Amino acid sequence: MKQLAALQQQGRRSNSFRSNSSPLDATVDGAIKSPATIFWLFLHGLCCLISLVLGFRFSRLVFFLLFSASPSPSTTTIYSALRTTLPAISSPQERNVSADGGGSRVVVGRHGILIRPWPHPDPAEVMKAHRIIERVQAEQRSQYGVKNPRTVIAITPTYVRTFQTLHLTGVMHSLMNVRYDLVWIVVEAGGTTNETASLIAKSGLKTIHIGVDGKMPLLWEDRHKFESRMRLHALRIVREKKLDGIVMFADDSNMHSLELFDEIQNVKWIGAVSVGILAHSGGSEEGDLLMQESDADEKDEKKSQIPVQGPACNASGNLAGWHTFDTQPFLERSAIYIGDRAVVLPRKLEWAGFALNSRLVWEDVEGNPVWVKDLLEIGKDGEDIESPLSLLKDTSVVEPLGSCGRKILLWWLRVEARADSKFPASWIIDPPLDITVPAKRTPWPDAPPELPSYVEKVTTIPENTEKRPAKSGSKRKRSSRSKRKHNAKVLDIRASTKHAGDN
Amino acid sequence: MRNLRWALIMCFFLESSLRAETFKLKRSQKTERISGSAGDVLEDDPVGRLKVFVYKLPSKYNKKMVEKEERCLHHMFAAEIYMHRFLLSSPVRTLNPQEADWFYVPVYTTCDLTRDGLPLPFKSPRVMRSAIQLISTTSPYWNRTQGADHFFIVPHDFGACFHYQEDIAVERGILPLLERATLVQTFGQRNHVCQREGSITIPPYAPPQKMQTHVIPPTTPRAIFVYFRGLFYDAGNDPQGGYYARGARASVWENFKNNPLFDISTEHTPTYYEDMQRAIFCLCPLGWAPWSPRLVEAVVFGCIPVIIADHIVLPFADAIPWEDIGVFVHERDVPKLDTILTTIPIDVILRKQRLLANPSMKQAMLFPQPAQPGDAFHQILNGLARKLPHRDDVFLKPGEPFLNWTAGPLADLKPW
Repeated sequence: MKQLAALQQQGRRSNSFRSNSSPLDATVDGAIKSPATIFWLFLHGLCCLISLVLGFRFSRLVFFLLFSASPSPSTTTIYSALRTTLPAISSPQERNVSADGGGSRVVVGRHGILIRPWPHPDPAEVMKAHRIIERVQAEQRSQYGVKNPRTVIAITPTYVRTFQTLHLTGVMHSLMNVRYDLVWIVVEAGGTTNETASLIAKSGLKTIHIGVDGKMPLLWEDRHKFESRMRLHALRIVREKKLDGIVMFADDSNMHSLELFDEIQNVKWIGAVSVGILAHSGGSEEGDLLMQESDADEKDEKKSQIPVQGPACNASGNLAGWHTFDTQPFLERSAIYIGDRAVVLPRKLEWAGFALNSRLVWEDVEGNPVWVKDLLEIGKDGEDIESPLSLLKDTSVVEPLGSCGRKILLWWLRVEARADSKFPASWIIDPPLDITVPAKRTPWPDAPPELPSYVEKVTTIPENTEKRPAKSGSKRKRSSRSKRKHNAKVLDIRASTKHAGDN
Repeated sequence: MRNLRWALIMCFFLESSLRAETFKLKRSQKTERISGSAGDVLEDDPVGRLKVFVYKLPSKYNKKMVEKEERCLHHMFAAEIYMHRFLLSSPVRTLNPQEADWFYVPVYTTCDLTRDGLPLPFKSPRVMRSAIQLISTTSPYWNRTQGADHFFIVPHDFGACFHYQEDIAVERGILPLLERATLVQTFGQRNHVCQREGSITIPPYAPPQKMQTHVIPPTTPRAIFVYFRGLFYDAGNDPQGGYYARGARASVWENFKNNPLFDISTEHTPTYYEDMQRAIFCLCPLGWAPWSPRLVEAVVFGCIPVIIADHIVLPFADAIPWEDIGVFVHERDVPKLDTILTTIPIDVILRKQRLLANPSMKQAMLFPQPAQPGDAFHQILNGLARKLPHRDDVFLKPGEPFLNWTAGPLADLKPW
């Protein structure tokens, strides 16, 4: 600011001398030293000193101010509050670039950096931008995505047990995010129950809830077989109702990616995707999970760390065989019954990895390929249908999806609590807990050792009530949770509430 | 009776033409035809419309330069080298100068690079002078028109002004010897000393193979609103700020660094091309010169270019309607950039994307090897063909002044 003031002063002083420039440029005659020349010399020296201080040719500024014909400072004199470049200083460095006068020109030189007073996003504009983004993405999908999306028919076998809510909620949320029309067929073992019905009603999807008689068996082997029966039953419903679309099998404990639903839209008749097998045990050892190619031509085993089930392609991208899960390392320690702590093994090829055109199961449709068997033929005698491949006379017609099985679009996982574990019905605690009694004679094999002495083991009814939804299941990975209050009288952790839990 | 029959025939004709119209409309929904002020000329074939004679200059003007400096083939000024190679084997080339419409002088003026790869323009005027001296003494075609039917490719920052700093380039002006010749340059700005009317503006060279290898599937949703990678301040050459890019880039940074919609930074991301394909708008602000390869990259990857450079002339401006394709923002409006971009109507945005998706648009911006129909080489030839036939004053009449060979700064007169 001081400099500006000094400048203005100088400018005013030099304004009074109109012919300022010529004396500056003229050579001084050494012989004549009149007071005028001395004065001019002095002024010249002063201008030089000022130029030294300011760092540019001060005389140019004066010249410009006096003799500039067409002022065009408008392009350069807008300055932000933060940038403190002085307006007057930059003008001598301007040079009009145009050869002809008039018309638009861009000025070379130092320009101000324009910053608006509040350089932060405006929420209304952010929302507008997001709407633009959504619209552009919808346009992209309609142009490059699936042309004629078909209805997805998801078949889920389920039954009421502790982990049902957990698993079914996961599948439900995945299906709710699918962008295509969806029909969800939920097959329940032991007949339809209100519990399952209320759960799936929350989805808002079009659901078909059917029941299959018979309790879900305790052993994993039997459970796999029973589930296959349930899926066949669902396929019969598809046949009866002549539902049109793509059938996929969404097991309730699996995890599906949304890309899966985009990929199965490409199915012509029957397609297979790669399924990641998460066969983990709660134990400390995790064996090498091997992958075996059961290819007709090549019989070499490939040892790899990837547990994947799915189609295997040859070099030209055609189906050459199947990757299946190698159960060799687990033969001794696999899970036998539901709730067992060992690894649950999948079958050779899981249903979940397949997607069919629903017309394959319709009866007598013209245009159906010759290699499909009629749905009612298979499973008639109660035999075990391991995978939808039993529907085909010739398994080589399966289309590999997900860039020929390279993309894993869903994950298979089986996690269950013990079959006799109790849980509150619909996960609503009614009536509220008021008495908690320690169960000294719990049958759980992994009950923790007695607590250290500072914890009082109270066998009588405590004064303060606490609400503790103790989940008394023994899951491999997680230990059962309990809330413990410091100051209150603490009860045994393993106190289980005996409620009328359905089973 | 006869009138009735004619009326019926007219009715049928009208109906069929209307149906054809609707059919055309339906088909144009995916991509739209590009037609600029010169008409629908992007796909014109120049073969047969013009003949070009290529001078044979000693290799010190072209081949030896490339041999000395390999990097010339990959930087953004490589168009001069590839154009020469294209013309040597093109069907428009003629070996008979008598029948040629245009004469091409293959001199590479931007092949003298620093250690960091930036071209030094200090010798370029001398190189050019020397080349013109050679052709004017060895063949009569320069002298009869004083270069009016010759064209030169000058892809440097400010074209034939041969300097990277704008004020010095302006002071020098276009090389006096090139006064009458047609200049094919990347620089284009209205009312600028270094831009002459009649020059052809071309896109800078961007490596087509490299861009091809980074293409991602078109189903990938465009989730970035505005994208930019590059400098905002040039600390080395302009520490105070305000000089580089006339303060526009700094303004972009200061106003929008906190804005989540703007993905802007100076990082050298390895996924630069992929990110452009996931963005809706790509900023193409001016730097030391108004043009940049970002425009080419944005067009190739389908990202709407937001051009922040006052009075810029974009490549092939008569063939490509840039107003319909890109968004032009004045440098003084940069603080309002977010408002400007969010208030563009959505159907305008979708139309711009459709125009960008047109393959002939992308092809016109590239210099592929080998040349393909509709690419930038052909657009240059089309531009030259559109300037034909030459006006009468191309040929100098006796008594008209010749070019002044001593004009220009003294340093340029030194022989090379």
